[in-house]
Amino acid sequence: MKKIINLTIDDQKIAVDEGTTILEAARKSGIKIPTLCYHEDLCIAGNCRICVVEQENMRSLPAACATPVSEGMVINTNSTKVRNARKFLVELLLSEHNADCTACVKNRHCELQTLAEQNHIREHTFIDLKDDKNYTIDKLSPAIIIDYSKCIRCQRCVRTCEEIQAISALSAAYKGKDMKITTFFEKPINTVVCSTCGQCVAHCPTGALTEHFYIDEVWDAINDPDKHVVVQTAPSVRVALGEEFGLKPGTIVTGKMVAALRRLGFDEVEDTDFTADLTVIEEGNELLRRLKAKLADKDESVKLPMVTTCSPAWVKYCEHAFSDLLGHLSTCKSPMSMFGALSKTYYAEKFKLDPAKIVSVAIMPCIAKKFESNRPEMRASGYKDTDYVLTTRELAIMIKQAGIDFNTLKDSSFDSLMGVASGAGLIFGNSGGVMEAALRCAYMIVVGKDIPFEDLSITPLHGSEGEIVEMSVKFTGTKPEWSFLEGVTVNVAHANMLSNAYKIMEEIKNGTSKYHFVEIMSCPGGCIGGAGQPLPTNKAKRTARKEAIYSGEKLIEIRKSQDNPEIVNIYDDYLGKPLEEKAHKLLHVPGFTPRKRY
Amino acid sequence: MATNEILIKELADQYGRERTSLLSILHGVADKNNFLTEEDLTVIAKELHLSGAQVFGTATFYSFLNVVPRGKYVIRVCKTISCDMKNKDEIVREIENMLKIKAGETTEDKKFTLLFTNCMGWCDKGPSMLINEIPFSDLTREKVHGIIKQYSDIED
Amino acid sequence: MNDGKKINRIDSIFKDYVDNKFDYLRMIMKMSNEEIIKDLMDSGLKGRGGAGFPTGNKWKLAAEQPSGEKFVVCNADEGEPGTFKDKEILLKVPHKVLTGMTACSKVTGAKRGYIYLRWEYKFMKDDLQKSVDEFNEVLKEMKIDFKIYIFLGAGAYVCGEESALFDSMEGMRGEPRNKPPFPTVSGFMGKPTVINNVETFATSTMILSFGGENYAKLGTDVSHGSKLFSISGDTSIPGIYELELGMTLHEFVEKFGDGDTKAVSVGGVSGALVPRKKFKDTIIGWEGVPTGGAMILFNSTRSIYRILHNYLDFFEEESCGQCTPCRIGCQQLKKGIEAVKKGEEDPSYLDTLANLSKVMNVSAKCGLGQSVMNPVLSAVNNFREELIY
Repeated sequence: MKKIINLTIDDQKIAVDEGTTILEAARKSGIKIPTLCYHEDLCIAGNCRICVVEQENMRSLPAACATPVSEGMVINTNSTKVRNARKFLVELLLSEHNADCTACVKNRHCELQTLAEQNHIREHTFIDLKDDKNYTIDKLSPAIIIDYSKCIRCQRCVRTCEEIQAISALSAAYKGKDMKITTFFEKPINTVVCSTCGQCVAHCPTGALTEHFYIDEVWDAINDPDKHVVVQTAPSVRVALGEEFGLKPGTIVTGKMVAALRRLGFDEVEDTDFTADLTVIEEGNELLRRLKAKLADKDESVKLPMVTTCSPAWVKYCEHAFSDLLGHLSTCKSPMSMFGALSKTYYAEKFKLDPAKIVSVAIMPCIAKKFESNRPEMRASGYKDTDYVLTTRELAIMIKQAGIDFNTLKDSSFDSLMGVASGAGLIFGNSGGVMEAALRCAYMIVVGKDIPFEDLSITPLHGSEGEIVEMSVKFTGTKPEWSFLEGVTVNVAHANMLSNAYKIMEEIKNGTSKYHFVEIMSCPGGCIGGAGQPLPTNKAKRTARKEAIYSGEKLIEIRKSQDNPEIVNIYDDYLGKPLEEKAHKLLHVPGFTPRKRY
Repeated sequence: MATNEILIKELADQYGRERTSLLSILHGVADKNNFLTEEDLTVIAKELHLSGAQVFGTATFYSFLNVVPRGKYVIRVCKTISCDMKNKDEIVREIENMLKIKAGETTEDKKFTLLFTNCMGWCDKGPSMLINEIPFSDLTREKVHGIIKQYSDIED
Repeated sequence: MNDGKKINRIDSIFKDYVDNKFDYLRMIMKMSNEEIIKDLMDSGLKGRGGAGFPTGNKWKLAAEQPSGEKFVVCNADEGEPGTFKDKEILLKVPHKVLTGMTACSKVTGAKRGYIYLRWEYKFMKDDLQKSVDEFNEVLKEMKIDFKIYIFLGAGAYVCGEESALFDSMEGMRGEPRNKPPFPTVSGFMGKPTVINNVETFATSTMILSFGGENYAKLGTDVSHGSKLFSISGDTSIPGIYELELGMTLHEFVEKFGDGDTKAVSVGGVSGALVPRKKFKDTIIGWEGVPTGGAMILFNSTRSIYRILHNYLDFFEEESCGQCTPCRIGCQQLKKGIEAVKKGEEDPSYLDTLANLSKVMNVSAKCGLGQSVMNPVLSAVNNFREELIY
């Protein structure tokens, strides 16, 4: 049992567990202490000093985020001394910061701006230091833009990249007045070991780190009468987009989202969940093929575990960090890129359109998808498969630009051909979803029966964020052609956050991995916690989105990808068999690109 | 193979491949060249399982680890108060005139770099300077002239 | 208040009172842990690096930590401008430092000791290493399970701050940590660590050799004993002097000044810049102006503006840069006094700067940013005209 500590904050008597910080204790009692470098996803830095409070009988003001409570402590969070200090601290930050707020993407969403407002900053007390700083903007990455003039050196990005992703592409460098956040030798971010996951963007309090915007390009395509603009939306966008319009996290806004996309002028509104189903078929078959080759045919060149490749930041990270283990990666493209390839082939043929005139746009919860769409591997259609990737946030900006009153929109449905999806496609949005969908599919293929879970909901896989979730599936009663799997236990695991991917891959590297199949998602909680989702990011929001995905699935009658009629059609009409010629050419990558680790 | 790869591997063998060895390894490489190259930091990162940015961020924190090319002899004149009061400017001018460079620069033959440094603990004997790690104190124009001349005369 | 002591030179640190330099060690190792702690407590010794935490208490706190890996670290990152005494101790009487570290290891149970030697003192590393090797050999002969290593810094004033020093030893940027936990609980590698300044270890050796009560007879009720002073600036007799604590600055200036002293930086650039009119009322010690021993004298030919500018230039470079008040505050203070001097800002801006330094004093993460206030306030309050005109 933890010791209870009694203290007083702003005249309120409070009892909390030993080890609680002043900040946590205050929040529990409804007292809001402003913060800046603090983020609940990250370890405590205590460097911005915005959260300083006054402690009785102490000369200096402790930082509430970094100071544990002690017995009898008397804290004042709103004394003159505290207010004066806080105001000066905000003013100091502003003197180093390019506060061009109206031209900043974070306008009205910037934590520094909010602090300036809350602290009643009405003048520039201090001298502008910006001119001395030689600030630059790094725009070379298709995914992430760094505007160093807006960086306040809180190191949230540094901690994100180290703690969540175990990459450390960013670090504090130099000291004193020259201290800055930067990459290895201050190189452009697109040339260093960056996965492009964009979690740094999601955790940046200001406009220093943002996604690379493609809004204008998409408007141009929409307004170009020669172009046919197809849009797809990823599973987790529909459970998050509403937040941008004041709706509760976890509100499912599929119908309004589709309606909004139509209003924006997209010619066709389709669903990435459809190609998620397709991914399940291809990946499930690829897994079974690998299992057969390895277990039945004893082909040692076949790599197990097979690891999913839906998460583009994971793929890029793997190319950097485990370039000798790329054989473990499934060759399946991500649902987005499968859709992109099909939009300029299958879709173009069906509607008799010139693929050169099709512009394929993807609305993604993700920043790394912007990188993925620009990969040379993603040109199987003979064109750039996916022309532009927009984040959930960018879509919200477009909706606001167009003056659409989102909340009063009448629900609309996806167009057909590539707009119908099973529940298995939807759950791709959650970490573990791909695994669950693939198991449902593979079990049916191997045993000819549904995997024995109520509602097909494989709840042991619904693990919590940041965990490596393991499960074993034993096949009994296999069909004759899969008899080599009879009685075989297949070990699977899924994990989110690349720090966990690192652990799994190290085991594979050392030959100690017991898994046959692994799903990796780069972002906390999977795509629902993607870096392109509405900000700020926090666990409560991510949990609400996760629940929405699972509850949304319950409303979908079709639960297995192979039962999706549009999936049946596309194989019958166009692709042929999974993993075979056309499917192989359009839906799989020819290979991966080993990249420098350092 | 990178120029200093063997050296770095030896240093890593000697000090260990934990992060605690980082400064010692950086020193070992800097001792040889007076500065650290991108290649050096890359190899060090690899040996210690750190990211390049972490090694770069650490190296650039410290005044005596340089990630830009420096001359064979790095002259660092103390600019902090006690030496400043004892007319360190005159010493710097003398060196600048002799080497035909300004503070912050390296001679064309890459032999000398002239820098300023903060207090190095010779306040009672200022002005003072370091040439690499060797301290010189109680400097006068004449004295510094002689010292620089001596170093200039050293054959490579 | 004008009851300071007269200048009294002491010679405990640099003089040896034994025939064999290892005799201190042999004597001290015969003492019990309780006797060691008691002597240090009785002596009233406070850390000689400048922060002034009671040494006996520090050792005791670390000793009380659950057994397991512990460390003793000697802070030889003597970076405060105006101080150079630790260099001299390590050059002349390293065995006293090593003996003090060993006494600490006996009390705390630490098996490893480190000397964090600033890069600027690299020139002496080989000689010091020889002393350490020789000492380690004696420890081995005496079957004392303690070994001392030298760790070379790389040039960063802030690494004199103890937690930044640990980060530096751990191969990281020397950025001060949040406290608590304090080093005696979680220091180097997260283990209980006693970190003391070079002079503190050397002084401990002398206290343990001659008794804490004897030591406490020197100095005042608050500032016990003697300490080393590094004296530079406008004086005809610069150098290192061991003096009994408790004298007034007036006494000090009478002895070391050049007859025209207008101000003294007591405690280097991070200490107060005391003006002539306060010399008589200022006791050098914890009851007045505490100091790590750096005393820089200025005569009336010196410009306080130039002095303060030099200090701020130092701080804005040597701040680790992580916390807002220190990183930006130092830049603003320097820019601010420049602007007032040039007439770009109204003289009243000096009051804003003074307030800024007060905010830095209460909100900065470590002692570096907190102490920038000292010279700034002294200059603004006592030499305002010099900053304006």
